[in-house]
Amino acid sequence: MFVVSMALVAAAWEAYKKWGPQDGGEVLGWKILPRAKDRVMPHISDIFSRFTDPLNRASDETVLEVVLKGVWFSFRLVLAGFGMGLVAGMLLAIVMTRFRFAERAVLPYLVVSQTVPLIALAPLVASWGGKLELFGWEWPRWMSSAVLGAFLTFFPIAVGTLRGLQSPTAASLELMDSLAAPWRRTLVTLRFPAAVPYIVPALKLGAAGAVIGVVVSEISTGLRGGIGRLVIEFSQKTTGDPAIVYTAVLGAAFLGLVLAGMVAIADAVFMRNRPKEVDA
Amino acid sequence: MRNQRIKGIAATLLAVSLIAACGDDDKKDEGAKPADCETTTPVKLQLQWVTQAQFAGYYSAVEQGFYAAQCLDVEILEGAVDITPQTVLANGDADFAISWVPKALASREAGADIINIAQVFQRSGTLQVSFKDSGITSPADFAGRKIGNWGYGNEFEVFAAMTKAGIDPADVDNVAQQFDMVGLLEGDIDAAEAMTYNEYAQVLEAVNPATGELYTPEEFNVISYEEEGVGMLQDAIWADGARLASDAAYKDTAIKFVAASLQGWAYCRDKVDACATLVTNQGSALGLTHQTWQMNEINKLIWPAADGVGYIQPESWDRTVQLAQETKNLEGTTVLTADPDELAYTNEIIVAAHALLEDLGVNIKGDGYKPIDVTLTEGGA
Repeated sequence: MFVVSMALVAAAWEAYKKWGPQDGGEVLGWKILPRAKDRVMPHISDIFSRFTDPLNRASDETVLEVVLKGVWFSFRLVLAGFGMGLVAGMLLAIVMTRFRFAERAVLPYLVVSQTVPLIALAPLVASWGGKLELFGWEWPRWMSSAVLGAFLTFFPIAVGTLRGLQSPTAASLELMDSLAAPWRRTLVTLRFPAAVPYIVPALKLGAAGAVIGVVVSEISTGLRGGIGRLVIEFSQKTTGDPAIVYTAVLGAAFLGLVLAGMVAIADAVFMRNRPKEVDA
Repeated sequence: MRNQRIKGIAATLLAVSLIAACGDDDKKDEGAKPADCETTTPVKLQLQWVTQAQFAGYYSAVEQGFYAAQCLDVEILEGAVDITPQTVLANGDADFAISWVPKALASREAGADIINIAQVFQRSGTLQVSFKDSGITSPADFAGRKIGNWGYGNEFEVFAAMTKAGIDPADVDNVAQQFDMVGLLEGDIDAAEAMTYNEYAQVLEAVNPATGELYTPEEFNVISYEEEGVGMLQDAIWADGARLASDAAYKDTAIKFVAASLQGWAYCRDKVDACATLVTNQGSALGLTHQTWQMNEINKLIWPAADGVGYIQPESWDRTVQLAQETKNLEGTTVLTADPDELAYTNEIIVAAHALLEDLGVNIKGDGYKPIDVTLTEGGA
């Protein structure tokens, strides 16, 4: 199905190029229709043929190799960021479930944290690189990007998990109480399994957030090696070589798809014993 | 049972992510340490943008061992979209920074204690480029036209030229310009801001759909702000003012750093191709012919240097400062509100650095410098 939909997108792109306005167009006086010229919308075939070209004359690497290396570099940062965000989000959710006052005290801060623009934080966090030392372990530059990925990941996971942990009915909780189950036991046997349907969509949001956080912070701080850096570098070439920037964009999209695929697998694993249809 | 398995999977995921995270170790070049250095001083240099020939002098000084010969271990920090070099310097995250003078002075007026210790680029490389048929041949023609500028402090010369031509910037259709030249080629902008060494080359690397060939210089009108008399000083090496005044070791490092950097620039003056290849191999995605063009154009901004490379000429400095105070932007404010104090620049470091370079036999004036001819290719490959 995915292949079919990709083909449809490609066909729509080429159709717009063929029949769309070459110099852009207006709808109700708003200039919103993009130009269909080759300089603005290169042919799909041009974009893909760029992948096999060498990066430049001084390089024996092809654009595809460079983009894949960038994807691999960013992928590891995304995983690190996602992992950190997952742990932080889960812990926060557990603390907020355990102590109602913690929920009331902390939740507003979590919401506020997400309104801070990422590009304002990025240079700040990036400057930790090579400067901060924790217990003799020097903070590497890439860690800053991973942290910004985690920054966007932990919020949906914390909120989703919190909602999930609070989802068991009063009757279920009272049953656990009547059995004198300690809080930890309730968490593991009742609350956590009940939270899984809430956690899985939160993971999807978190994964998307991790990709955005890492790629945007790479663009913002110029971290060398990742797909975000390639986006800036290739966009500088766009005047003479409009197709090349799309290779980096496709690389970033591919990275997002890989992450989404991983979450889908996790989804299938965690949810396999659940009834497919849930009563309303 | 299921909980056990979930725990196992979660632990595995976590472990994988940690391993992946730890797998990437930064490999640092130790560099050749000459035997006569008792210790090497680590130095961080913050650039304004990613690796390109605009900074070739510093890269070649690393590669050729000029810094190492001065017992310095220089780490070059690249710039990016949200990195402001003078802020990084003022925050102590770098020991030296490269910045344009007006921008740095604006930061200085806002409280950043930084000082210009070497004016590497003696001339401004800013152009305003338009198609011949637009009829824009001087800033006086800007009125009522779509004039591109980059903002972020890169637009001061554009507004200075308007002010000098007697045009109110409000009478000009000022267009925020991207860092590519598509806007000019597609007619969104009548005259686009361009650096001789970068964006102008990008235009000449693009194919004219009407002819199927690359655009040629004959198809454009080029206004040079340097020739218009509104050129402002650009790439300079900035140091931390307080440290320079109080820390003798830092001052000594500054002299050595400036000397070795200028030695790098002298090397790139004589070895254009080697330096272009060097920055391309340092991971610039821009192509080799583009970097060769850029290296050649950068050399033109540095050489010849009548008072020795890096010397801050009071007249250029005063002109920059004066323009920064006279030029009103759209909001009616100026870049600077008052003259910077005398601690904004010093030639003390550069004079000491020149002495070191003369001992090494480096030609610091670049007498007889001749630019080379570079033929651009499509996309700058």
